[in-house]
Amino acid sequence: MLPYLFKRLLLMVPLLLGITLISFVVIHLAPGEPTDLQTQLNPEVSAELQQRLRAQYDLDQPLMVQYGKWLGRLVRLDFGDSFSQDRRPVTAKIAERLPVTILINVLSIGLILVVAVPIGILSAVRRNSHFDRLTTVFVFVGFATPSFWLALLLMDVLGVRYGLFPIVGLKSLGYDYLSWSGRVFDMAHHLVLPVFVSAFGGLAGFSRYMRANMLEVIRQDYILTARAKGLTEKAVICKHALRNALLPVITILGLSVPGLIGGSVIFETIFAIPGMGKLFYDGVMMRDYPLIMGILVIGAVLTLVGNLLADLGYALADPRIRHS
Amino acid sequence: MDGEVKQSFWRQVFWPRLRNNRMAMAGAVIVLAMAFLALLAPLVARDPGHIDIALRLQAPSLLYPLGTDDLGRDVLARILYGARISLLVGFVAVGIATVIGVVLGALAGYYGRWVDTLIMRFVDIMLCFPSFFLILAVVAFLEPSIWNIMIIIGLTGWMGVARLVRAEFLSLRERDFVLAVRAAGARDSRIIFRHILPNALSPLLVSATLGVAGAILTESALSFLGIGVQPPTPSWGNMLIAGKQTLGSAWWLSAFPGLAILVTVLGYNLLGEGIRDALDPRLKE
Repeated sequence: MLPYLFKRLLLMVPLLLGITLISFVVIHLAPGEPTDLQTQLNPEVSAELQQRLRAQYDLDQPLMVQYGKWLGRLVRLDFGDSFSQDRRPVTAKIAERLPVTILINVLSIGLILVVAVPIGILSAVRRNSHFDRLTTVFVFVGFATPSFWLALLLMDVLGVRYGLFPIVGLKSLGYDYLSWSGRVFDMAHHLVLPVFVSAFGGLAGFSRYMRANMLEVIRQDYILTARAKGLTEKAVICKHALRNALLPVITILGLSVPGLIGGSVIFETIFAIPGMGKLFYDGVMMRDYPLIMGILVIGAVLTLVGNLLADLGYALADPRIRHS
Repeated sequence: MDGEVKQSFWRQVFWPRLRNNRMAMAGAVIVLAMAFLALLAPLVARDPGHIDIALRLQAPSLLYPLGTDDLGRDVLARILYGARISLLVGFVAVGIATVIGVVLGALAGYYGRWVDTLIMRFVDIMLCFPSFFLILAVVAFLEPSIWNIMIIIGLTGWMGVARLVRAEFLSLRERDFVLAVRAAGARDSRIIFRHILPNALSPLLVSATLGVAGAILTESALSFLGIGVQPPTPSWGNMLIAGKQTLGSAWWLSAFPGLAILVTVLGYNLLGEGIRDALDPRLKE
């Protein structure tokens, strides 16, 4: 297992370099400078001060030098200071927002698995039944539903009209005065809609994928063997088929990480949740270069980590991978 | 001879299969209907930009079947004109992604070796980015215009196409017919585009159809966040902003533009999946 892990980690290095290079080039090819916003809008700022600001952010250096300096700091996990009013280090800003985003994504992956796996299995086992047809319709509608629209409808109906769920933020106003269990409940109450919205698209995709896997596995010879030796249908499905059908799900989980992280921009902005997605959106609106680069890199690294975890999980679950 | 074989495949296998697939046909009807409505918008709809404050926030009625928005504009007219924007963005973005994907995928698959390694590592790196992050960053730096959005959605969406085309090329480049044309002295570009690429057209058709759906979703999300198509140009995404501002009071402003997105995306997805099934050799009757 260890050599496998080492090999995987080594393969990540060139990818990481590529990620930083693309982030850097993308942001710097765009016209406009961060100092424009701070200086051109402010008539009291002189040309001399503008130059000083440019120098402070290395903007007067050639791109390659800027990239080199940035990369050097990056290795020490230093993304520089935010251009926003508070001038705090980007790393600190991301660190306080990241747990919220990860929490929501982990919860929604959990929800997806708990709901989509049984649905997929059932619709594969009862292929062409009413249940299978119904879930197929649900899958296509789920795929086509824009998550922000779903969020809007849920806010309108469940939030505003019936007042069942809060629609803004993660905490109520009196959160600090609540008991420990009260805080957990309060946050859970705030999380219901965002988690549901972020899981919704995945639900459709996963149940479809699970169904396809299961159909593939059921066709295999070892399932025929299991049936032939007189096992009950339940044992055949739950023991022999399910394990094999679940294996590829691990990979898909890893592959779905970038989509989930990217989606966090949408639902965090709509529900005003103080996570990394909202931070990124605000940073983009303010042209906060260091923040944008930091989050782009972190987002891509999270994807790499997700893929790595998926591969490791796969290797743990399937000895054929580990030993090849 | 070759042409005849192809003709009979599309006419005798593909089309009957597609026609017998009710979901695919439903998708095709939606796709065609939306295209017609978008084309005919100027003939059938009111002026989507006509503001009449006296008529603001009217609920759906006979006169205004889908109601009016916060500036008294006709929601139905704005949805029909919005269809033009969504479809335009969808088609152009997918066109860009397909061209980039085909060229890079073909180069990687045909030449192999270091060309392949270089291109596919690039694909791996691009796939690491949460694409919505990348799009958001670039769109916000450039002026958010409809053309920039198309280009950027295209530039961040070609990786799947490249992988698919590369796979086709890898399996085809050593086939006898390729060796034959090469022996006959054909140039690489001719082998790639005239002889191998046509064989990869059917998977490309599937990915392009599904890609239109994805691009429409992305554009509407960007417009909803205020960094996509800018008002007063009506787009389904930016119409929903008004829906958010009137939350709880004017349901039609949230409901109808979203429904338009859902139905259109559904149509392209159903048609795409249908085409995939009809082309799948494993699903023989």
